[in-house]
Amino acid sequence: MNQEIKVRKTLDLKGLACPMPVVKISKGIKEVEVGEVIEAHTTDPGSLTDVPAWGRTTGHDIVDTRQDGEVIYFFIRRTS
Amino acid sequence: MQQVEEKIDALKFQLESMQRRSPENKLAMVVFSGDLDKVLAALIMASGAVAMGMSAVLFFTFWGTPVLRDKNKNVGGKDLMGNMFGAMLPKGATDVHLSQMKMGGLGTAMMKSLMKKKNVASLEEMFALAEELGVRIVICEMSMDLMGFKREEMIDYKHLEFGGVAKFLEEASTSKVQLFI
Repeated sequence: MNQEIKVRKTLDLKGLACPMPVVKISKGIKEVEVGEVIEAHTTDPGSLTDVPAWGRTTGHDIVDTRQDGEVIYFFIRRTS
Repeated sequence: MQQVEEKIDALKFQLESMQRRSPENKLAMVVFSGDLDKVLAALIMASGAVAMGMSAVLFFTFWGTPVLRDKNKNVGGKDLMGNMFGAMLPKGATDVHLSQMKMGGLGTAMMKSLMKKKNVASLEEMFALAEELGVRIVICEMSMDLMGFKREEMIDYKHLEFGGVAKFLEEASTSKVQLFI
């Protein structure tokens, strides 16, 4: 699914612990234009709940979440 | 006609005071504890709040106050009690210990090495991050006075203010989230 997502920026957040994943994602999303998508790679299992919570609060769209072993891939669209 | 105008004025006043009191998307926190783990938790929540699009203000009081001393700054002109408190209380973020598992300092050392291994930011790094994110810190003037601390010996932090309970209550009453740590 969503093979066509065009990623504007990729953030390597592997190994980072709370609160760094959401802090870095909130910074990274501001570096792309509205409508563009960033990709974030995390290994913090807590980010599976935290990143969607961050998205619901800030209004940015978590387009897709994938998991490959320890690594979690988030695709996030800037909405405003 | 005059009655209508008076009514409008009264409504305007009411609306303005309601707007003044309506909560902003803000986190206000009292940091009463001076323990490594508790201050760390406070800073994690404050930086998380900024990531969530909120603003954050931390009110450091009582045992939280010595955490904001700058370990490289020395000021003179203190009285005997001031000097005693200055020597007994921790001097800055590198000097504080865990609230549990103290084990004569061993617990803190173990926790610090574990945090490094697990890539959890240290207290000093969290202060730097909070500063970068624009987290405001208010130091309780009364605690400083009580413990004999001077403004000149506190850390250099871009968003540092000094204040009292009225300042905290003003911030808290306009914040969506309030916490006491």
